Amino acid sequence: MASRLRDLRYLLPRRLVQAGVLVLLAGGNLWGWRVVQGNLSHSRLLDSVPLADPFAVLQLLAAGGMLTVDALLGGALVLVFYALVGGRTFCSWVCPMNPVTDLANRIGRNRSVARARGTVRMGRGTRYGVLGLALVLSAILGVPAFETVSPIGLLQRGLVFGAGGAWFAVAAVFLFDLLVHANGFCGHLCPLGAFYAAVSRFSLIRVRHDHVKCTRCNDCLCVCPEPQILELVGQASGSVLDGVCTNCGRCLEVCHDDALRFARRDAALSLDSGGS
Amino acid sequence: MKDKHDTRRRDFLALLARGAAAAAVGGVVWGHAVESGSRAPLVLRPPGALAEPDFLGKCIRCGLCVGACPYDTLSLAVPGAAAPVGTPSMTPREIPCYLCQDIPCAVECPTGALDLSALTKDDGTGLDVNRTRIGLAVVDRENCIAFWGLRCDACYRTCPLIDKAITIEHSRNERTGRHAMLAPRVHAEHCTGCGLCERACVVEKAAIFVLPHDVAQGAVGNDYIRGWESGDENRLDSPAPPAEQDDPSGGALDYLNDGELDGG
Repeated sequence: MASRLRDLRYLLPRRLVQAGVLVLLAGGNLWGWRVVQGNLSHSRLLDSVPLADPFAVLQLLAAGGMLTVDALLGGALVLVFYALVGGRTFCSWVCPMNPVTDLANRIGRNRSVARARGTVRMGRGTRYGVLGLALVLSAILGVPAFETVSPIGLLQRGLVFGAGGAWFAVAAVFLFDLLVHANGFCGHLCPLGAFYAAVSRFSLIRVRHDHVKCTRCNDCLCVCPEPQILELVGQASGSVLDGVCTNCGRCLEVCHDDALRFARRDAALSLDSGGS
Repeated sequence: MKDKHDTRRRDFLALLARGAAAAAVGGVVWGHAVESGSRAPLVLRPPGALAEPDFLGKCIRCGLCVGACPYDTLSLAVPGAAAPVGTPSMTPREIPCYLCQDIPCAVECPTGALDLSALTKDDGTGLDVNRTRIGLAVVDRENCIAFWGLRCDACYRTCPLIDKAITIEHSRNERTGRHAMLAPRVHAEHCTGCGLCERACVVEKAAIFVLPHDVAQGAVGNDYIRGWESGDENRLDSPAPPAEQDDPSGGALDYLNDGELDGG
C-alpha cells in the first residue's frame, strides 16, 4: 500500500489540484462561493486579485484592443508565477484536458492500440507554428483565434458553468490522441502549452537526473509524454532544461532507482560524479 | 562535403515549404472557422457591451458577467448556440434583464468588453442602468392582439421605463365603431432592450421582441436632416459648410440700379 501510494505521490495531488480549481470556480459561479469567480480564462481571487490566462490576454492584445489594467495585471501575475515554477506546470497540474490525454496516453501504450494508430507524424515544433498562427489570425480577424476554437476552453467552461458541449471537445481530443497521433494534442498541437513552454525557459523547478543511480530501465522514457527531453537519462547528471517538461512527476513516480527528483534548475551537466 | 551541405540546405528548404504549406492550409481552415463562428447578428449582449466587432475582440470568455447576474439571465454560448462559442448572451423570452441598479455584470467585466463608461451618468457621479442599450423592442403589429382591438397592455405595464420606452396610443376601433384601440409603441430613445416586454407578451410567440440595434433600425445618413429641429445637422458626419455669402462689395453685377435713382 505504501509503495502504491509512493507511485502516485504526484499523480494524486495533481488530480486533486485539477479538480479543486474547477470545484472552486464552479462553486463561485453556481453556488456563490466567494473564493474565486470566473473561469480559467480570467478569474478573480477573493473578490480582488485578477488572474488571467496570459495567452488569452496576448490574443486580445493581438486582436487590437486596448486592455484594462485588470486583464493585464491578471495575465502578468499568472505569467510570472508559471515563468518561475515552470510554464507547463499549468498543463499537468491545472488544465482539465490533462486527465483526458493522460488516459489516452496510458491506453495508447497498449501494443495493439499503438498498432491500430494512424501513421500521421507531426514534429514537436508544430505547436509553435500553431501558436504563431493563433496570434496572426487574432490580429487579422480581430478575434482571439484560439479562444474561439479551443477544446480546453470548451471543456473548462462546460465544467465550471455546467454548460453542455464540453464532451465533444473531450471525445475529439481523446480519440485524436488515442488513434490518430500519440500525444497529439498536448504534445504537438496545443498553442497554450507551446506558450507556457516558451515562457519557462528560466523557470526554477526542474526534474534533476542522477545518472550514477540510473539503471537504464527506461521506465521514465516510456511514461513521459515528451520523452525527447529525457535524452540525458543514463548519459549524464543534470536538470531537464527543456521548457516543454510539464513537471507532472510521472517519471519520478516510476523511477525506483531514485535517479530522478525535483530540484532547483541547474544548467550544468555532469558526466562522471553522481550529482550533489 | 559540398554535397552534404547542399542536402542540408535542401532539407531545410523542404521543411520551410512544408511549414508554409501547413500554415497556409491551417490558417485558411482555422480562420474560416473563427470568422464564420463570429458572425451572429441576432445575439443580445449584456448591458454596456461594445459594438459587436469590438466586443468580440475584447471578451475573454471568462463568464464573470454570467456569475454576477443574480437572475441567471446570461449564459456563455456552447457550440451550436446562436452566439460565438464562449461569449455571453441572453434570451429575453426565457429570462430578461432586470436592470440591476448596480449593474454587477458590467462592473465585473475584467477586459472592458462591457464598457462602464457607456452606463455612467454624464456628470460621472455614478451608474445609470437606464442607459443600457441591449437592443430595441420591436412590435409585430399583425400578431399583437392590442392591434386587433383586444384589451392587452402586458408589455406596457411591465416596462421598467413605462410611459417613456413604451407608450399606449389610443385610436378608434373602426371595426366595431364603438371601441378604442390601445396599441403599444416603443420609443428607441428610451428603450433599454431589457426584454421584460418580450417576456411578458401573452401570445404564443412574443409579438414584441428585442432585436440588436443593427438589425432593428435603419439609418438616415447624411442626405436628410430635420430642418425644423435645431441642432439636427450636428448628427451629420461632417456638417456641410455654410452657404457662401454674397460679397456686397463686388462680385455680382448690379446693372439695374446704376445710381440714377440714388438721392433722386
